[in-house]
Formats: sequence, C-alpha cells, structure tokens
Amino acid sequence: MAKITAGVGSSHVPLLGVAVDQGKSRDDYFGPIFAGYDWTREWEKQEKPDVVILVYNDHASAFDANIIPTFAIGCGEHYKSADEGWGPRPVPDVEGHADLAWHIAQSLILDDFDMTIINEMDVDHGLTVPLSMMFGQPEKWPVKVVPLAVNVVTYPVPSGNRCWALGEAIARAVESFPEDLNVQIWGTGGMSHQLQGPRAGLLNREWDNKFLDLLASDNDDVRHIPHIEYLRETGSEGKERDKTCVSHWQAPEPSAKSTSMA
Amino acid sequence: MTTARQNIHEYLAELDDIPGTRIYTAARARKGYWINQFAMSLMKAENRARFKADERAYLDEWNISEEAKVALMARDYNTLLDLGGNVYFLSKLFSSDGIPFAEAVSTMTDMTWPEYRQMMLDGGRAPQGNRSIKGGY
Repeated sequence: MAKITAGVGSSHVPLLGVAVDQGKSRDDYFGPIFAGYDWTREWEKQEKPDVVILVYNDHASAFDANIIPTFAIGCGEHYKSADEGWGPRPVPDVEGHADLAWHIAQSLILDDFDMTIINEMDVDHGLTVPLSMMFGQPEKWPVKVVPLAVNVVTYPVPSGNRCWALGEAIARAVESFPEDLNVQIWGTGGMSHQLQGPRAGLLNREWDNKFLDLLASDNDDVRHIPHIEYLRETGSEGKERDKTCVSHWQAPEPSAKSTSMA
Repeated sequence: MTTARQNIHEYLAELDDIPGTRIYTAARARKGYWINQFAMSLMKAENRARFKADERAYLDEWNISEEAKVALMARDYNTLLDLGGNVYFLSKLFSSDGIPFAEAVSTMTDMTWPEYRQMMLDGGRAPQGNRSIKGGY
C-alpha cells in the first residue's frame, strides 16, 4: 500500500534556481539560505521517497491566459523544464508516476474534486527549484513526481479551506493505491511578497511567522484565512503559500518536517 | 468545515481597496488578454529574436491597443497593469530583456533599482499604512 510518510514545505524563489545553475549556492550571498537546507537534504537521503506529490503553482508557463485550471494534476510520464524567457533551466527532465497520478486523479474526481488532468506540460521554477533545493544537481532526480498545480494567477483563487480539503482527499487517494510506495507530499509557495505596482516589496515577517505557527499548530484555523487578509498583509503574490495548506496536515510530525520558506 | 459563502460583490470591491496594487481579477484578465498572450509568446526563442529585431512590427501582429503597444515598448509596467497586464505573464518580457525580475519590479515603485534592492535587504516595505485605501491602515 502506498503511504504518505512526510510533508515538506519549501520556497521556490527563481533566483535560488539561478544560484544552483550558476554554481553560486555557497557564496556569501546565497550560502546562508542553502545552509538552511543542509539538514533536510541529509534527511531526504535517509528517507528515500519513491514519489513526491508536488503541490506548486505554475507561473503562467504551462498555462497561459487561455485555460485557467483551479486544480490541475499531471498524469504524464515525464515533464521538461519550461523556457520562462531566458531558456529552460539546465535540470534533468522530471519523471512522472502516471499510475499513481491517474489513480489520484480518478479518486479525487470520485471524491467531488473536479480536477483538470494534464498529460503534457512543461514545469517551471515553481516545481524545479524545490527539487534543486532538496536534491542539488543530480544526473537524474532521485524521485518520481506527481505535479499538482494550484491557480494563484487569476482571482478568485481557491480558498484555503478548499486546499485543505483537497489535501485530505489526496491522502485518501494515496492510501487506496495498492503498490507499496513511500510517498511524500510537498507544498511550495512563498511567504509575503509583492512583485507588482507601487506597493511592490511588501514584507510582513510578523504575519508570516504567525502563519507558520498556525501550520504547525493542532488546530485548523489556517484554512479560514480570507483572501483579502493574505493580500493586505502579505502582498499580491503572498497567496502563493496556499499549496502549503494542501500539504500541511499530512505531515506526521509537521514541525519536524518543514523547512525554510522565503 | 463549512465557511460562510462570501458575497461576490463585496469580495471584488475589497480587492480594489489595496494601495498600489492591482489584483488580477476576471475584469483585468479580460481586458489584458492579448497583452498577456503576447508576453507568453516570448517563451519561444524564435519569437524573442523576432521581437527584439523589430518590436513594433512584432506587436503589430497582435490584437493589442495602441496605448498598450506604446506601454510595452516603453516597459511602462504600471500602465500595463492598468491595461490588464499581469506580472506572471509580463515576466517573460523582463526575462527577454535579460534583467533581474526584482529590477523590473522596482520600476513600478517610486525607487531606483539600487534603492529598491537596499529596501529589500533591510527587510522590505512595511505593511503599516499599506493595507487599505479606505481604512488608511
């Protein structure tokens, strides 16, 4: 039987991918960020997950302005690194787990989640940067990946409550997959950030820490934070953190399993 | 488990009450559709080359208003946000220009790029006074 053994939260700041790709991850500027991941990298080597369900957001790469899926699951065999305007990141292709992905997709639909199923797509920094942060620069990624993309581009984006419920449904889906698999669920987003307009650069460390405390707590208050609070307090792109809500409650020991988020 | 259903009109009105911010709502997505699709086209190397060779000619292939074409050529990102552009899409233009994302973002503020970078190193823009236009908090 497949089993979710851990949940992981990580930043996917594109500049971190650039640092890895250009060999700058241990310089004075980036070094402290990457040092924060050392423990997690060692831990991943011991955990040896077979599959990662990677809950992320596409940054207008696989999905343009035409089709806007609220929740999309990648059911393909493999995914290439997207060209986001400066050429694709030089990282290995991402190998999917089509059997598990299709099982999850079917289970979620039967569980009242109207998923969009993706067979072919490129994956952008939102998905490849967390892999780089956890695994460095291997010839081949050591895990298969089930990409699960959450819309954060066009409003309304899904509520925290809906993301939480999706996380619960994913757990039920994984538990009913017959093959023995060590599955991790990752959520990647950002803490406060705003990348547009005269208010750009907004950061709210106090609110971010409150949010992380809520994630680590035993209650489910985090699912009821309204969009307007995220936007006012944490910036127009602060809602990218929603994916962590999907993966949060899964973690057997959430506080021990989460890593830094920028 | 259940959350009270929110009134859509109140929801949308709140989104327009944030200082210096344009939330990418359906109204903006409709207005800026072709600006954003143009930006997406720059994900292909051959399109980037054609755009760089003659920006005006490339833009003329798209169903984009004259105002938006001028704003795109001027890299006037605040005007583009007003015209329905969205930063996730427009970032393809930042990348085509070969400038850091944060540098492009800084052009939307009242700071120079070095000033903006220093603000971020110092902990970013404080939320105080930047949360609500009506409330002023």
